[in-house]
Amino acid sequence: MTATLLLLAAVFAGAAAALGHVHRPGVAGEAGLAFWLATAGLWLLATVAVSRLARLEPRAPAARRVVDAAVPLAFGAFLFFLWEVIVVGAGVPAVLMPAPSAIAAKFVASLPTLGADFVQTFVKSVLSGYAIGCTAGFLTAIVADRVPFLKRGLLPLGNFVSALPVVGIAPIMVMWFGFDWPSKAAVVVVMTFFPMLVNTVAGLSAAGPLERDLMRSYAAGYWTTLLKLRLPAALPFVFNALKINSTLALIGAIVAEFFGTPVVGMGFRISIEVARLALDMVWAEIALAAIAGSLFYALVALAERGATFWHPSYRQ
Amino acid sequence: MRIEGSAGTGGMAATSNGVQVIDIAGLTLTFDTADGPVYALSNVDLTISEGEFVSFIGPSGCGKTTLLRVIADLERPTGGHIRVNGVSPEEARLRRDYGYVFQSPALYPWRTIEKNVMLPLEIFGLPKAERRERARTFLELVNLKGFERKFPWQLSGGMQQRASIARALSFDPRLLLMDEPFGALDEIVRDHLNEQLLRLWGKTGKTVLFVTHSIPEAVFLSTKIVVMSPRPGRIIDVIDCDLPRERTLDIRETPAFLAIAHRVRDGLRAGHSYED
Repeated sequence: MTATLLLLAAVFAGAAAALGHVHRPGVAGEAGLAFWLATAGLWLLATVAVSRLARLEPRAPAARRVVDAAVPLAFGAFLFFLWEVIVVGAGVPAVLMPAPSAIAAKFVASLPTLGADFVQTFVKSVLSGYAIGCTAGFLTAIVADRVPFLKRGLLPLGNFVSALPVVGIAPIMVMWFGFDWPSKAAVVVVMTFFPMLVNTVAGLSAAGPLERDLMRSYAAGYWTTLLKLRLPAALPFVFNALKINSTLALIGAIVAEFFGTPVVGMGFRISIEVARLALDMVWAEIALAAIAGSLFYALVALAERGATFWHPSYRQ
Repeated sequence: MRIEGSAGTGGMAATSNGVQVIDIAGLTLTFDTADGPVYALSNVDLTISEGEFVSFIGPSGCGKTTLLRVIADLERPTGGHIRVNGVSPEEARLRRDYGYVFQSPALYPWRTIEKNVMLPLEIFGLPKAERRERARTFLELVNLKGFERKFPWQLSGGMQQRASIARALSFDPRLLLMDEPFGALDEIVRDHLNEQLLRLWGKTGKTVLFVTHSIPEAVFLSTKIVVMSPRPGRIIDVIDCDLPRERTLDIRETPAFLAIAHRVRDGLRAGHSYED
């Protein structure tokens, strides 16, 4: 335990020293063999430290949580460290791969632009498209469940539509709904509708036969059975679709902006800055998309835990 | 060969007052399957009076569960006459005449034990205060006081099944239908629940129809035992079980108990010999 912590501290100190050293003139872009050997040694030390950390199993639940969080954090931080040291030390051109520090500096310097892009792409296109697509898919599933011919006719069609590539439908949606965010929201609606439909239809048949017989024995009608049994039983499936859709929606909205957009938006910025070889801005947008997408997914997953706490995969 | 005379003979249990709760004559149910028709029930005759505890026993496929499901209107017969509390099974179901206890507890995992017991009361539109009051009463009756806020999956199998019995009793149905409720439980838990069930029946005076695989369980609980046989599903014997009403598990060692158990076993064996 103590040895592991000391080792971690040593790695941390070594990494800090290397980071300070690599940016100096005379080292940046022309680091010598000694520097690379030292970095390789640090790498070995870090590997030992993290694998020792991962083996720790403290008994206190709080300490366990700290360790559980520390392992991926330490691992990720070291990856960023290597990225920074290699790119700066070897003098990799920024067009090929900017250093994390350069991306972070660009991120902070362009906050107003990133903010405007976030509102345009995430708040307007993704959230509205996601809400409309998921709601429509859910309601259609309930109707399809009641009307057998819809269930048999719509589901194969759903598989067909969900196989359509987003690069195919995006230009069509731009033709239909114009350059601004409604056409992007429409792409998101198309992308999220069918996963929700298919999952909810499957979920509505998840309730067991005895549970249904119980409702029948109470002379419960269609709506009572739906609300008190079938929808709760379908919730794990619905949340599965919500999680799939949270990532699909962001991809759809960003890619759709490649096909015509006003001069704002994450997809627009990525395509325009690539053309101007401003790769640090592209990476800043990618970082923004990663953060927004992860938080969105995490929020949905958190809601899932709250709503389906009774499911065997979450029981405590 | 059916033993016709035994159906409808009166004078079994002390509390039965002669009112016919179940009246079945010539009941037939045939399932059409890809492999040809399956005769789940063939020409079944049976009457059951109010306040009786009737067990249905027989090997798998003898139609005992199907018969219970027909009474509950969960299955439609293909022929014959059936009356539940003087009306058709569907009318009886629609006016909520019976509580059904299934082979597994069938509690909804997203509801607490208390909310599970209140489920039928919610559907029947009882006011909230009464729902809570009844849940309290019936959970106490099945010895689950203090577990109201637990979820079903936090309880043992025996406790879950007791909760499902409380749920079936909560709306005070005239008839309790139980389909192998203790089949999945171990012997010791089963003995314990059998004693509790007997006490419960004594307290509530309901008519109970009880499907089981176990001869000792059937003899211990019942005022009347219906022995069934498969292919086609039919009744081969109806045995009056006139042991005293106050029973403890010790009764299983007495000659009277063993004599009845012997007759049940003979009936089951006779039913089996038809197949060969």
